[in-house]
Amino acid sequence: MDQFLQQVVNGLSLGSIYALLALGYTMVYGIIKLINFAHGEIYMVGAYVGYTAIQNWGLGLIPALFIAMTFCAVLGVLIERVAYRPLRNATRIAALITAIGVSFLLQYVMILFMGPDVRTFPETVPAKIFKFGGVQVNEQQIYIFVISIILMFLLQFIVKKTKMGKAMRAVSVDSDAAKLMGINVDTTISFTFALGSALAGAAGVLVGVYYNSINPLMGAAPGLKAFVAAVFGGIGLIPGAMLGGLSIGVTEIMVSGYASSLIKDAVVYAILILVLLIKPSGLLGKNKKEKV
Amino acid sequence: MKKLVVTMMAATLLLAGCSGGKSKDSAETIKIGVNLEQSGPVSSYGNAELEGVQLAVEEINEKGGVLGKKLELVELDNKSDTTEVASVATKLASKEKVSAIIGPATSGNVKAAIPATNQAKVPLIAPSGTDDSVTMDNNDKVQPYVFRVCFQDSFQGEIMAAYAENDLGAKKAAILSDSSSDYAKGLTAAFKDSFTGDIVSEENYQSKDTDFSAVLTKMKSKGMDVLFIPGYYEEAGLIVKQAREAGIEVPILGADGFDSPELVKLAGKSALNKVYFPAHFSSLSEEKQVQDFLTNYKKKFDKEPNAFSALAYDSVYLLVDAIERADSADSEKITEALEATEDYQGLTGKMTIDKDHNAVKTATIVELKEGEQTVVAE
Repeated sequence: MDQFLQQVVNGLSLGSIYALLALGYTMVYGIIKLINFAHGEIYMVGAYVGYTAIQNWGLGLIPALFIAMTFCAVLGVLIERVAYRPLRNATRIAALITAIGVSFLLQYVMILFMGPDVRTFPETVPAKIFKFGGVQVNEQQIYIFVISIILMFLLQFIVKKTKMGKAMRAVSVDSDAAKLMGINVDTTISFTFALGSALAGAAGVLVGVYYNSINPLMGAAPGLKAFVAAVFGGIGLIPGAMLGGLSIGVTEIMVSGYASSLIKDAVVYAILILVLLIKPSGLLGKNKKEKV
Repeated sequence: MKKLVVTMMAATLLLAGCSGGKSKDSAETIKIGVNLEQSGPVSSYGNAELEGVQLAVEEINEKGGVLGKKLELVELDNKSDTTEVASVATKLASKEKVSAIIGPATSGNVKAAIPATNQAKVPLIAPSGTDDSVTMDNNDKVQPYVFRVCFQDSFQGEIMAAYAENDLGAKKAAILSDSSSDYAKGLTAAFKDSFTGDIVSEENYQSKDTDFSAVLTKMKSKGMDVLFIPGYYEEAGLIVKQAREAGIEVPILGADGFDSPELVKLAGKSALNKVYFPAHFSSLSEEKQVQDFLTNYKKKFDKEPNAFSALAYDSVYLLVDAIERADSADSEKITEALEATEDYQGLTGKMTIDKDHNAVKTATIVELKEGEQTVVAE
């Protein structure tokens, strides 16, 4: 039983990271129906910015987190402005291919500047261990979990309660109608990218702190898994992304814990295929009939 | 036009043929080819070895060279890529007409270089290719022109199993290995063959994984006396850190892939207690040869050498020893002399080349205490 609870704790801390990433995917998809494949790379950039802030400028975790989030927000807006906006009326496949291109661009620019080697993240949070019965919880795991939850609530608040959130929801339902109502669609989309990318940046720093190792290609695999998480929870839905992220994290850990760690990725992708076959709108999604 | 091209090609061929006319013995220098990973993913090994080679050659030339001739290095970058490795090997053996080749660093790359060196009948000395199959072909016959100066993976696995049983008194061992690398597979097989106690748990990970919490939690519940991690420092560092955090306090055994300052950074000093691994070379040795190497290396490159530099340095001296015994710079004669190497004393220990072209030598077992190395057994 202790072992099971311990695996749940492991799964939740991994899942919070997927959830933070999945939120960004879902928001962007919700608003312009684009799968932003460069999202995993923004997370990687966030990790490097956090690394620089802590290692070279000697800052603590919270300031580093803010700097990384700000930097990634600006980067996200920039990418949208340069790469996606000119293609807004192009086919969706063109935008998707561009997103993949941006993702490679970010990876290799980072290799150019920082080299391909693994870097070790400086220790900012002491790895203190708390014991609850037979279950061990690491202080860093608590940080990751708590920060993820706070950011998710903040996001939910922005989307549901603020004027900008209202504009986002309007654009997501019908961007033409929103424009007619006097909403600045471009600003709203930029804002969405800023928000999603800031969350990815936060996830990058948290991963750096937790695993202590970052590299320029670190974004690819978690990016894909977060995408699976977003689809699993219902793409376009914020609570869906949270639920999806946590479930994928726990699933992955349970598969390695009770079956074999070699098939954990296969199981995650099998879930993607099953969801797409059985309930394409995801766990929390409602089946909408398309009007013709 | 066509005629012109044909004539030119014929002329080039003729020229190329001519330049090969001069024998290696009558040349003014002895050429040594260096086929190392100067860029690409494993460039940290390649560059460390290149420095070891350069230092050795500089020392030898200062003392007047070999057989009255200076050594001349032909350094080409194989970009850590097997296709490049093969083309560099061909270029060195056939075009540059080197007497012998040093490198590449990794086992996979050495294997890629072998067809070219075999064809040209030029000896290749692998400083750090530890995979058992490096010196053997597919039919388990020895590769005639390939030698190594490092110990093999099966030997590492055996001594770690013996150390676990005899010195640490372990009866139950667990293994966590990289499912995708030949290195890990070879080590795991050797460890399992020699360990007479129980293997209570055997798990795998994939290279580039960062989260090992699930398997470690699972392994912890099995109860073990030692944990064996045959892997490279990139993942091993994270595994050691996460194992200690998960409350696994048993001794951890590794392989020569642990020998990197990066391991200490990844795992953190406090996690690196009761961690043992076999090392090719220890800078703690008090032998004059080792101490001189350390001083000269620091003077030339302004940093501490690692095991790879030491192995490459040994490769050059072993080669020079063979050239002197052969009394010739001819590749075939050097190969014969290399085969006859016995009790050659290098930085990385005393070695004898056996019939399979492996270096029979001793290993040093290093223990980490708060991340610091101490030698516990030879």
